[in-house]
Amino acid sequence: MMHDALVIGAGHNGLVTACYLARAGLKVLVVEKNDWIGGAAVSRELYPGFTYSNCSYVSSLFRPEIMRDLELPKHGLQILPYEGGALFTETGGYLGMFRDHEANRREIARHSKRDAEAYDRYARDILRNCRLIRPMLMRPPPDLASFRPRDLMELAWLGRQITGQSEAQIYDMLRFWTMSIADFLDEYFVHPAVKAYQAVGSIIGTALGPMSPGTAYVLLHHAMGDVDGNVGSWGYSRGGMGGITQALTASLRASGGEVRTGSGVAQVLVQNGRAVGVVLENGDEIRARRVISNMDVRRTFLKHVEEKELPGEFLKRVQRFKTRGSSGKLNIALDGVPSFTALPTGAPNIRGDLHFTDTIEKMEAGYDDWKAGHYSRDPFQDVMIPTLIDPTMTPPGKHFMSCFVQYAPPKIEGRDWTDADRDGFRDACLNQIETYAPGFKNLILHVEVRTPRELEAEVGLTEGNIFQGELTFDQMFFNRPVPGYANYRSPIRDLWICGSSTHPGGGVMGAPGRNAAAAVLRDMKHPTKDMSDAYAIV
Amino acid sequence: MPSFDTIIIGAGPNGLAAAHRLATRGAKVLVLEAAETPGGGAGLSHLSYNLDPRVEKAMNLSAHGLEWQATNLATTALSPDGNHLRLEGPVGARLSGDLSDADRLAWEALRARLLRFAAVLAPLNQMPPPRIAKGAGNPMLRLGMIGLRARMLGAADFRELGRILLTNVHDLLDDELSDPRLKGALAFDATLGGWLGPQTPNSVLPWLVRLSGQMAGLQGALGLPKGGMAALGTAMARAAEAQGVTLRCAARVARIIVEGERVHGVALVGGEELRAPRVVSSVAPKTTLLGLIGPRHLDAGLTTRARHQKARGGAAKLRLTLRGLPDFQGANPQDRLLIAASEHAVEAAFNPVKYGRTPDAPVMEILLPTAHEPALGGKHWLSAIVQFAPYAPPDPDAARAEMLAACRRQLEAHAPGIGALAESAEILMPYDIEDRFGLPGGQWHAGELSVEQMLFLRPLPGIAQYKGPVQGLWLASAGCHPGGGVSGSAGWNAALAMEADG
Repeated sequence: MMHDALVIGAGHNGLVTACYLARAGLKVLVVEKNDWIGGAAVSRELYPGFTYSNCSYVSSLFRPEIMRDLELPKHGLQILPYEGGALFTETGGYLGMFRDHEANRREIARHSKRDAEAYDRYARDILRNCRLIRPMLMRPPPDLASFRPRDLMELAWLGRQITGQSEAQIYDMLRFWTMSIADFLDEYFVHPAVKAYQAVGSIIGTALGPMSPGTAYVLLHHAMGDVDGNVGSWGYSRGGMGGITQALTASLRASGGEVRTGSGVAQVLVQNGRAVGVVLENGDEIRARRVISNMDVRRTFLKHVEEKELPGEFLKRVQRFKTRGSSGKLNIALDGVPSFTALPTGAPNIRGDLHFTDTIEKMEAGYDDWKAGHYSRDPFQDVMIPTLIDPTMTPPGKHFMSCFVQYAPPKIEGRDWTDADRDGFRDACLNQIETYAPGFKNLILHVEVRTPRELEAEVGLTEGNIFQGELTFDQMFFNRPVPGYANYRSPIRDLWICGSSTHPGGGVMGAPGRNAAAAVLRDMKHPTKDMSDAYAIV
Repeated sequence: MPSFDTIIIGAGPNGLAAAHRLATRGAKVLVLEAAETPGGGAGLSHLSYNLDPRVEKAMNLSAHGLEWQATNLATTALSPDGNHLRLEGPVGARLSGDLSDADRLAWEALRARLLRFAAVLAPLNQMPPPRIAKGAGNPMLRLGMIGLRARMLGAADFRELGRILLTNVHDLLDDELSDPRLKGALAFDATLGGWLGPQTPNSVLPWLVRLSGQMAGLQGALGLPKGGMAALGTAMARAAEAQGVTLRCAARVARIIVEGERVHGVALVGGEELRAPRVVSSVAPKTTLLGLIGPRHLDAGLTTRARHQKARGGAAKLRLTLRGLPDFQGANPQDRLLIAASEHAVEAAFNPVKYGRTPDAPVMEILLPTAHEPALGGKHWLSAIVQFAPYAPPDPDAARAEMLAACRRQLEAHAPGIGALAESAEILMPYDIEDRFGLPGGQWHAGELSVEQMLFLRPLPGIAQYKGPVQGLWLASAGCHPGGGVSGSAGWNAALAMEADG
């Protein structure tokens, strides 16, 4: 039996692609190497009774139109928005964040009245840039060198988008895309903690520091999601991030698609320059009319396709596609709620994102450690306790704490991570939290530590890069993953790519998966009427 | 007292180039220079790499005393163990030293590609930046030609240009090369005069701008004038005066006179007023707008933007006087000598300045002028451009001392015994350069030459076409497009824009 489409990897993008194709009437099979589904959007019971979102941990970027198209809420998806968070300062205070703009402003004013006034202007400018970028997410980028009508029209469309603004706005937009977040924030704010908190979204998942140009764009990338129409807000998937991929799987099955776990692919089968199926690790062959890889491009083309099938130039470019991991995770089972000294009792901020890096300089110093091949001695952490809002993941009164940590290099001074390195990394993080929440360590029942080493080995993310490739301009947009191939295709006929290595990049968005499905359907001359247009209204 | 129709502030290369051009078209030009002698910031740099051919030709500098010691100076990338790498010809056209064949081949290809890309971008240096607006009067034909030439690189190269335009130097080099001395030398050049490290995103584009320059018609070559770069400034001053420009030195402008929404001339420190309907400032735009014009005569928005314009200097200037010529482990003393062990060393030298600290192992470019021309009295000196230095450290004097000590350690490691030869040592930190040369932040390009401050964003959006925000004011500084080096391009472009304006 021949499938119409075989998707390699049951991460969220692969599942999105599979769902769209199944709804269009194709016979779709997804093969997954692990025993569990979800890739980096998973919920796993790693300690009895405790469910961990042990990779990705928050949702915001998941495209609402995909949620609607694939009827994910019907299949169990529920996103619970959280209220805000806090940045704890070295001097024992805190700067809170709130979803409500006015509450936020009041809190900033507690630290700096001037910055509170600037905040309105700042939020407005960020929103304007979000509005501009969002429609571009759902469209495949043009090939710059091509004279094909589709590419020329896309270039013309982009040109109109950009020049539709006033001249001053165009320049501001270009500056924004090329500046560092530190410089950008300096144009609005003065208080170091205010700047540090705003900078958080600009470094998550990147191999850059806040003083690196291009980080203002990364902030945008993280800010342009929404929850229920609230642009820029984040939420917890009920039941953990696996809730997203479970809902996708249910939707896929309802459309007649199939997922097979424990079925790692050894190689993509290529005959006469065409992909005809895959060979699994156990030797089984599965034939398909087309193969779509959700693995990152380096894994796909350097490990699972025979070298002789690929043009040398393409291979060289894929080898140079940068996937340097910069983050790790601690996933912790807690016997109770930690008490953060600086937070007043009952403050809602504990239900949001918690941070301890209170200046841009400290963040940057952490990046300098990464450049030198070390994990950051004074780590940047994005800590969350989703179970304060989501009651389904742990026994009552007990909690799951997710700590996203930067920076952690793919290798320590050029050599592989050892268990001793991992333990040192773990201790730096736990000690930092203990400083701000004395007694925290006594609550720990279990810790899972994940460095780039584990992320690569278990999830398949090359070098532990959570975006399947760094988000720098040389690898974004028409350059993603490599110039000339920003259209979800590969040099091999009927072999496609649909993961975050493709436009528009990483985060739990689903956009790469959807765009890849659209490209496949277009190639089949199949109508894409079941796909909503990009969410053009904010 | 003669009357002038144009007053130019600053007798640096841009001020003098603008003066010369305007005078040849009949303008009556007065150039005012705060220092005792003309030349401006020309003397800060070592070598000419982007003197504008239009300027050189029109000003006929060879007829005004400019002679070249070398027009294609070689570079030696020093190794503390004497295993140097020599880059001969423009941008290392030939490499001599211990180097793998793989690296030689890879460098040959990379070099050719970078020079090709830079050549495509080069015509932009001689144009005012386009405006992204309808009916802006952009030179569409010339811009179209640039786009066409870029596309005619071929699909693969065109896409590669689109890819590397905003990538970083470190990754670009590391992808192709392995020799640390070669990567170090290139990373040093790419970041020279900037406030960025090789791993800083967008660092390739300013490097391409540097590579778009030429010396005696040879793209990427380095020229050393007889008498140093200061002699270039002097020759330009003579050429301008020969054209009828009036040059007054020791005349520091305190403010630009603005009355009734337009410019009427300048007032010097001391009170003397000089009137003219056009004032061209070749002083850094930030200083011009905030200091000489003043916020009272500017939009609040522009004032804020001018304050935010980034002008962080990262280069220090070192000068040692020496009893004898030092020996850098057998390196040719006439070469430009680089201490930049690897691309990591350049990055490591940049890291501390982000926090206002000095690096333990600065990287540097060294010239020994007396190796070319012996000085009277048998004295020698060493001039070095040292990177990176903090522009606003908490204790400026301590930072200066630390920097000097770090430099001396580096020099001793590469030229054992140089410490004993040194009679005096002076280092100018970025804040010293600011005091002495008037460059804000000590920034060599009078405003960082970073992507977000280039082309139509340079110095600020809205005033990128040389026309100032006040009627009668023109901006013609290295802080304008196309940026730094000792090129005269901004001045020449500004003069052309003034002529087109009528």
